[in-house]
Amino acid sequence: MSGFPTLLYKEVLRFWKVAHQTVAAPVLTALLYLLIFGHALEDRVRIYDSVTYTQFLVPGLVMMSVLQNAFANTSSSLIQSKITGNLVFVLLPPISHWEFFSAYVLASVVRGVVVGGGVFLATLPFVSSVPVAPFWILSFALVGSALFGALGLVAAVWAEKIDQVAAFQNFLIMPLTFLSGVFYSIHSLPAFWQQLSHFNPVFYIIDGFRYGFFGVSDVDPWFGLAVASGCLVLVCTLSCAMLASGYKMRH
Amino acid sequence: MTASSNAIEIQAVTKRFGGTQALAGVDLQVRQGEFFGLLGPNGAGKTTLISILAGLARADSGQVRVMGHDVRRDFRAARRALGVVPQELVFDPFFSVRETLQLQSGYFGIRNNQRWIDELMGHLDLQSKADANMRSLSGGMKRRVLVAQALVHKPPVIVLDEPTAGVDVELRQGLWRFIRGLHQEGHTIVLTTHYLEEAEQMCGRIAMLKQGRVVALDSTASLLRKLHSLHVRVRTAGGLPESLRPLLRATPAASAESSAAANSMAPNAANDQQPSSAAQSADHVLRLQSYAQLEEVLADLRAAGRVIEELELLQPDLEDVFLEIMHR
Repeated sequence: MSGFPTLLYKEVLRFWKVAHQTVAAPVLTALLYLLIFGHALEDRVRIYDSVTYTQFLVPGLVMMSVLQNAFANTSSSLIQSKITGNLVFVLLPPISHWEFFSAYVLASVVRGVVVGGGVFLATLPFVSSVPVAPFWILSFALVGSALFGALGLVAAVWAEKIDQVAAFQNFLIMPLTFLSGVFYSIHSLPAFWQQLSHFNPVFYIIDGFRYGFFGVSDVDPWFGLAVASGCLVLVCTLSCAMLASGYKMRH
Repeated sequence: MTASSNAIEIQAVTKRFGGTQALAGVDLQVRQGEFFGLLGPNGAGKTTLISILAGLARADSGQVRVMGHDVRRDFRAARRALGVVPQELVFDPFFSVRETLQLQSGYFGIRNNQRWIDELMGHLDLQSKADANMRSLSGGMKRRVLVAQALVHKPPVIVLDEPTAGVDVELRQGLWRFIRGLHQEGHTIVLTTHYLEEAEQMCGRIAMLKQGRVVALDSTASLLRKLHSLHVRVRTAGGLPESLRPLLRATPAASAESSAAANSMAPNAANDQQPSSAAQSADHVLRLQSYAQLEEVLADLRAAGRVIEELELLQPDLEDVFLEIMHR
């Protein structure tokens, strides 16, 4: 029997044991964004005719939470294990790099979906959101969380210090998620920034995810899914190659 | 010796870390059922060798097999055959002792291992701490959990990297009883330790590593015999006669290991370096080739008019052998 199910279980158990920090806290943060931005901008911004600003905001916040938490799960788990040295417990057993990769990334998908679901449920008392196309919601949630989970793995394999993972998070993940149309439609941006947004894969993930709620989006969700999946394949390939080579893990 | 009867085969293994040649062509075979010691000063390459064996590091060249399985090509079988107790006192603060052991079983693909886990905890006196978080455990307890973790999958080959470093006497003895029991059950044991006394008592065969090379490899008994270094400690006033000076035991600069030799000769040897003032008594440790040479020493002392205040024959131990080899 393979060590994969146990490693997956351990990775899920690890965040679940500190759920107040890994699930409840990000849900609260998203809720605060909703209350503050919703209150400040509700009457000033209108993106789609049939959708209020607060309604518009919900899917963006849900997806932002999914992505950030998926990244946080793999990156914090792996860098902590590397620094404390307990990574040896999973390096000694007969676990292949595929199994290692799959377990870490799947656990981050679980965390992303749990936190995203939590954010969605928490916003229900304030906004009524009725998903119109659950297929798109699910697809983008899975592809997005897997992409960011794999990205977290890349960051933590490369990093030697917690600071380096934090830098990855603050200087790459945060700007990518904040500047992706969580809080606005890119159509409201000047032409240059609108063009630039098309190079941000998170834009497609948020936009396609939002399509699942309202049936309207800035770009065709199929195209968005293709871009997001392409990025997922790229990052997974990089991540698996790093693990297979033993880069910074097996010296 | 056929390949299949070797628990561990290491052939021409080299490993370089940046500018440091950690292993410079190591060849070593450990037979099944052996209690094998891997000794050497810090930086000799012991941990690197163990890391390569365990798949934690990769050799630049050479072959490594555990129970006949190549550690790279057939890593699953090789790792299943090997249990490693790492040198660092590592633990996962998220889990209890029982969870730690259950997870470790699962990583090896073993479900429902509760009976063996309970047995291991019993042997290692961990039962009272079974549900305690790893963080709350003392260093000695954490060390026992590491030993249990290495054994959850019942590996035929067990590697212990400095298992008793920082462990109190009582626990150390308990640990050795347990490990000796495993050896008697047929497990192959590979041990690295700084306590040469332990290696001398436990290991049937010993390899000594120095700067990434094996510089000695033999049974413990014949290593001790080979040096046929019989030492005699003489306390006399008036200094050592010139004729006996060549017999003075070499006094290597104190290394981490040599300081452990304090109980036998090292402190006395330090006195030999200074010419003793005529009136003062001093200890001298002389190395003899045979008991017969003792006659000559006594005769020389008599001839020089020295009075022997104390005389003691010192049996060679592994500390001497170690120092001798390391300072060649």
